Amino acid sequence: MSLPRRTFGAALSGLAAGLLAPTARADETPAAVPAPSLWDEVLRRAAGQEVNFHAWAGDARTNAFIAWAARRVEALHGVTLRHIRLRDTAEAVARVVAERAAGQAQHGAVDLVWINGPNFLAMKQQGLLRRITGELPNFILVDTAGKPATVTDFTIPVEGLAAPWRMAQVVFIHDSARLPDPPRSMLAMADWAAARPGRLTHPNARNFLGATFLKQALYETVPDPAALARPVAERSFTLLTAPLWEWYGTLRPHLWRQGRTFPESGPAQRNLLNDGEIDLMISFNPAEAAAAIADGLLPATVRSYVLARGGIGNCSFVGIPFNAAQPEAALVVANFLLSPEAQAEAQDPRQLGTPTVLDLSRLSPEDRRRFEELPRLPGMLTNAELGVPLAEPHPSWMTRLTAEWERRVAGNGR
Amino acid sequence: MRGLALRTVVLRRAGRALFPPLSLDVAPGQVVTLMGPSGCGKSSLLAWLCGTPDPGLGGEGRVLLDGEDITGRPPERRRLGILFQDDLLFPHLSVAGNLGFGLRAGLSRAERQARIAAALAEAEMPGCAARDPAGLSGGQRARVALLRVLLAEPRALLLDEPFGGMDAGLRGRFRRFVLDHAAARALPVLLVTHDAADAEAGGGPVLRLPG
Amino acid sequence: MRLPACLPVLLLVGVVLLPVLAGLAGTLMPAFGHLPALGAQGWSLDPWRRLLAEPGLGASVRLTLVSGLGATALSLLAVALFCAAFHDHPLFRRAQLWLAPLLATPHLAMGVGFLALAAPSGLVARLLAAPLGWARPPDLATVNDPWGIALMLGLALKEAPWLLLMSLAALNQIPAARLMATARLLGQPAPLAWLKAVFPLVHRQIRLPLYAVLAYSLGAVDMALLLGPGSPPPLAVLPVRWFLDRDLAMNLPAAAAATLLLALTLAAIGVWHAATWLAARAGRRWAASGADFGGSLVRLGGLLLPALLLLALASLGAMLLWSVAGPWRFPDLWPHRLDLATWSAQREGLLGPAGATLAVALPATALALLLVVVALEAVARHGSAAWPWLLGLTYLPLLLPQTGFLFGLQVLLLQLGLDGGWPAVLWAHLVFVQPYVLLALVAPWAALDPRLARSAASLGAGPLRVLCTVKLPILLRPLLAAAAIGVSVSVGQYLATLFAGAGRFATLTTEALALAAGGDRRVLGVFATLQAAIPLGCYALALQLPRWVWRRRAGLRAA
Repeated sequence: MSLPRRTFGAALSGLAAGLLAPTARADETPAAVPAPSLWDEVLRRAAGQEVNFHAWAGDARTNAFIAWAARRVEALHGVTLRHIRLRDTAEAVARVVAERAAGQAQHGAVDLVWINGPNFLAMKQQGLLRRITGELPNFILVDTAGKPATVTDFTIPVEGLAAPWRMAQVVFIHDSARLPDPPRSMLAMADWAAARPGRLTHPNARNFLGATFLKQALYETVPDPAALARPVAERSFTLLTAPLWEWYGTLRPHLWRQGRTFPESGPAQRNLLNDGEIDLMISFNPAEAAAAIADGLLPATVRSYVLARGGIGNCSFVGIPFNAAQPEAALVVANFLLSPEAQAEAQDPRQLGTPTVLDLSRLSPEDRRRFEELPRLPGMLTNAELGVPLAEPHPSWMTRLTAEWERRVAGNGR
Repeated sequence: MRGLALRTVVLRRAGRALFPPLSLDVAPGQVVTLMGPSGCGKSSLLAWLCGTPDPGLGGEGRVLLDGEDITGRPPERRRLGILFQDDLLFPHLSVAGNLGFGLRAGLSRAERQARIAAALAEAEMPGCAARDPAGLSGGQRARVALLRVLLAEPRALLLDEPFGGMDAGLRGRFRRFVLDHAAARALPVLLVTHDAADAEAGGGPVLRLPG
Repeated sequence: MRLPACLPVLLLVGVVLLPVLAGLAGTLMPAFGHLPALGAQGWSLDPWRRLLAEPGLGASVRLTLVSGLGATALSLLAVALFCAAFHDHPLFRRAQLWLAPLLATPHLAMGVGFLALAAPSGLVARLLAAPLGWARPPDLATVNDPWGIALMLGLALKEAPWLLLMSLAALNQIPAARLMATARLLGQPAPLAWLKAVFPLVHRQIRLPLYAVLAYSLGAVDMALLLGPGSPPPLAVLPVRWFLDRDLAMNLPAAAAATLLLALTLAAIGVWHAATWLAARAGRRWAASGADFGGSLVRLGGLLLPALLLLALASLGAMLLWSVAGPWRFPDLWPHRLDLATWSAQREGLLGPAGATLAVALPATALALLLVVVALEAVARHGSAAWPWLLGLTYLPLLLPQTGFLFGLQVLLLQLGLDGGWPAVLWAHLVFVQPYVLLALVAPWAALDPRLARSAASLGAGPLRVLCTVKLPILLRPLLAAAAIGVSVSVGQYLATLFAGAGRFATLTTEALALAAGGDRRVLGVFATLQAAIPLGCYALALQLPRWVWRRRAGLRAA
């Protein structure tokens, strides 16, 4: 069993290494793996392998979902899935980059990584990902037309270097008992905060959710929204973001803790809402309110809503690094995540409640019924209420916004 | 030539000699007493003789036991028994454990138990084999300490003020006990003491070390 | 073939010193621009420019110094005043017993409990909510405050008990009773007499633990992440954040930041040394002046430590309570219901990290004990030929911030192909466990009456037999105590596991910190409780086992 795997892996790595000379251009990527007709061969080789799935572990429900997925792939394909818990996805990216710098072209520590946004861009630019979607049988079920975020991650074409697995969309959660009529736009939020200081906050902008809060405001304040689809240019950045910082300057003194400290993550923010320290919070999961009520993490009076102009939406992907030690097993896991079974489980509000990436019309009737039979919990939004998500800006905007926010907050703040 | 012999033994601390070169002979059954002021090196001499010198102390000279030169030997092969002022019974072993510590290997269990029982009878403590040493009286502990040394079958006995810290009555009885046993086994004895009465009871030559 | 006498000590020191020196080199070189693996060659000050361009660097440094020096000073003050006021209290001598639960709890668990207590929505605020009529938590930054007060308190909660323990050990070697009697007969009230006559001697002995406390307070990343502010963070957080950045070029400024922290630590130790010297001069003048007022003030100040200890115990209780709580909103003082739902839900997720924690802690402690015992025995047997002066170098990891050398160590391990595996994590833990085990065993080993070994040798027992049948059994209690300390240190390691394990080795501590970002306090309580339970069990064993083993040996049963 080990010899064929090593040959397979060695062939891929050799191919990759040959293409990845130290002076490789930034956009070169490893050659595509063979066509889907070898899927049975992949399954055969994957049986008995162990996959190191590096995924952010900050959400208990996601961790539970990954544990469920581990049990399923073990039962279905004999693959052992190990969830390597990360505080920050950048840790895994740095790991792969370090391995590449050390010349380690095989037996990498990361087999599968949950990424999107700037992390994905970094890995794509440095040619660290294998091209995989052409190889996954379940990929044809993905709704690439109706959900463009599945093939374009933060305006960067994915080009098959990562497989989608869950959708996200910005919603706001409020405690309807204390705030029955919440503000429906970012600008209105500043007015509301001025009237009721200390009842609003957002996560630290280094956290992806905190950065998204700023991006959402950016959409409402930027003079030219089309510029967001392009990489950020230093000259125009100051001009384009001036209204944003003006708005933020009026908002900040009325934030929780007078805008001097911020919760470190979304769940930390959720604790504040639960304890009544704030009345409003941003979230990436439309079903978070319902799930939190069920878990006893938020009072039963919380509700979620979407801003009038729409919430930013994106897709989360899984990628397989060029030097993954068990690429076949990683492929099997990625394919399982795209299966109707896993997608229905993820969309179940009792588990994760995240919207699916699949096109329901392409599923068989039994599979479609899985989705239709999912329960509706109080506090959940319908698809109509969710509306069409706003596209993510280019990843460079997120990085630049975060840096600028840190400069303003940490630099002169105490 | 039987007995304990020292040949030009000098102890030095930081190069400075503690006393002039010392040579003496102790015949089997004889008691040689060393006396001198505090700090003259009596106890250090005994420690050096045992093969476990005090740190910072260097020594030269030769030690002969029953004709053999034991100067370079490790402490456990010198067959010298030593008794201190404190009985130094091992607190984690029972009385029998302490007594049996020095018995040579190779004896059968029955033989060991018999010898220990005999020793206990000598000490007038029959049936105390399994007792905790911390529960014994001072006199009993001292007797067990001596018998522990004797059970190891030493060929000479070094006594480092073993009677100090005892009241007058106990002192006399225990001193008699030790010297009788040493004489019965014809052991050469080197006694270090402050007390002139000890020297007298020993009956042998008395050497005074300069301060 | 006889091995050289210096080998055991060399081995002991080498196990610790090699990674530290290699790590230091691996951190200092990139700090000045030299990191061949990334293509950076030669000397460059660019990393420092990037570091200095970081917004809020000054605030970070100030914050670090305030919390680090403050925690150390607070702990020392509390311990000194407590000893002065209560040294004749009957419970004083048995302090080791009632300090044990606080000593056993790792820093992180204590921090988690403190959070649950002191946060604006924590138990203290809930206690005050009823009389003050609060419907919402107050808008006060009681934790994660920009001045680092919460961090300082959180650090002091754990350091004060440890300093007290060290002081008690020092007191054992000082003729305190006689000194006290003399001073009191000369007219000084008891608390002042203690401060003037006994404290200087105690302080001389706890110098090293004090420096270790200072170095830890300045460089503790896990506590800083938990209790310190987010922007700007304490300085210790910056290198870790940048090392793990996806942009590998940030490694160089990260190394520069780690070097800055290193320099800051050394400077702080120097400042402390100078301050001590000045305080000693003033203290001598005070002692010689014959002034005898202030006794009641000292007695009052002696309550500071019990207050800290109470706070620490309350933190532990809060952590435990959260782990068994159902939904629990402000301002409820007690959860809606108590159940083990969180425990059973986390059961699977606990087994792996718990097993990994033990799989490192137990072998590391055993190895450390072995190396230390062999080295101490070699020194006892061969004296200066065994190079005992080298032993002091073992304490080096305690005096340097961990970020200063752990990254360099990871690069070394990566190049040797060893990183990410159990041996690497074991070695990294050993580097920290060993100094504490040595610290715990040096005094009892030296206190062992040498005449016992001499008697045993004259009875015919060779050196090995003397060691195994006489020395080690008598030292059972200190050996077990050192083992408990070693396990506690290993369980509490965060950065060492993160770096040497390349993030793949999940222990209870790394999991707890990852979950601290996740916000569910109940799950955090479960992990923190389990993290604290392991060393606590070892401490309990270390206290009870000797009592049972020596149940019929009065000479060894006394503590």
